Amino acid sequence: MAELEVEIVAADHFVWSGPAKMVKARTADGEVGILPGHTPLLAILHAGEIAIEPVTGSRITATVDAGFFSVDSNRVVIVADNAKIGESAAGIR
Amino acid sequence: MGAQIRVYRQKIASTTSMRKMFKAMELIATSRIGKARARVAASLPYANAITRAVSAVSSSSEIDHPLTTEPTQVRRAAVLVLTADRGQAGAYSASILKQTESLTELLRGDGKEVATYLVGRKGQAYFDFRGREYARVWTGGTDNPEFATAREISEVLLEAFATRYEDGGVDEIHVVYTQFKSMVVQEPTVVRLLPLEVVEENAAEAKELLPLYEFEPEPEQVLDALLPRYIESRIFAAMLQSAASELASRQRAMKNAGDNATDLIKKYTRLRNTARQAEITQELTEIIAGADALNA
Repeated sequence: MAELEVEIVAADHFVWSGPAKMVKARTADGEVGILPGHTPLLAILHAGEIAIEPVTGSRITATVDAGFFSVDSNRVVIVADNAKIGESAAGIR
Repeated sequence: MGAQIRVYRQKIASTTSMRKMFKAMELIATSRIGKARARVAASLPYANAITRAVSAVSSSSEIDHPLTTEPTQVRRAAVLVLTADRGQAGAYSASILKQTESLTELLRGDGKEVATYLVGRKGQAYFDFRGREYARVWTGGTDNPEFATAREISEVLLEAFATRYEDGGVDEIHVVYTQFKSMVVQEPTVVRLLPLEVVEENAAEAKELLPLYEFEPEPEQVLDALLPRYIESRIFAAMLQSAASELASRQRAMKNAGDNATDLIKKYTRLRNTARQAEITQELTEIIAGADALNA
């Protein structure tokens, strides 16, 4: 099964990257879930939480403030001014 | 004679203590430069992602956004100058200011008014000393820039850009900063920030076909949200490059100063020794002459 390649970057540092099965994020219009094979998308991100379901291991949440994210050919790039991996991601950073 | 030795001793002592200072500053600059370069590298993923996104939006839809349209007539230009807060960095601030002067002259020659925005105390001192006006100044932390400062600067510049000329607004924005090419080469560079020409940093990447994105909400709104971020990221990148360059210049300048101090100490020591030997010889001659006079 195809998987997503996720990358989270903040303005002044790299936050996280890895393979994932699903990414959930909040956009201006509401919440979107992204699965492998999603059409290319460029959307404005709302402040809030992003949930990532990695291929291995437990779900990761990241808190972001305003930013945007893009999806193309199973590559998800989340760009935020500030991004922090939540506590459920113990041991990642 | 004794006086001469004392003078050399004083000179040696003061040069030695100065050399200690130069050495310390060199070491501080060396230790910070690695961090500054790491920060330049760390900001790259963000800058790349945002550049890619902006070019995706602007290429997929023909939008007339105020930030990307060329004004018909440019009457006032803003120049953002990134200098250092502290001196002792060789020609770092001086060459930036020289670059600024020639840019200002060029713009004035085209019949444009120039509004200068300064970053760093050295730039401020330069303008204050000459009694010249500047629109705004930011000082503090030029060798360790914060993203918040970059955001503040870009907000001020974007606001000036959005204001009409009659109300004191500007029609284009230039940035003068020092590009960090390597530890030995740093180049003062001028870029035009606004109106925007979305530049592909990497020519190879430009050839790669951008996918047809779906936009959420509308392309216009996405661009609205992206462009200020893009400006912010460009300014922040310029600040980081300048910081790395400042530290590299300081390290080099301090190394040279330290080397020169070593040479001076050597020279003064030689002179002191000569003076001391001359004094001893003189004393001996006097004693011998005295003894001879008594014996005769």
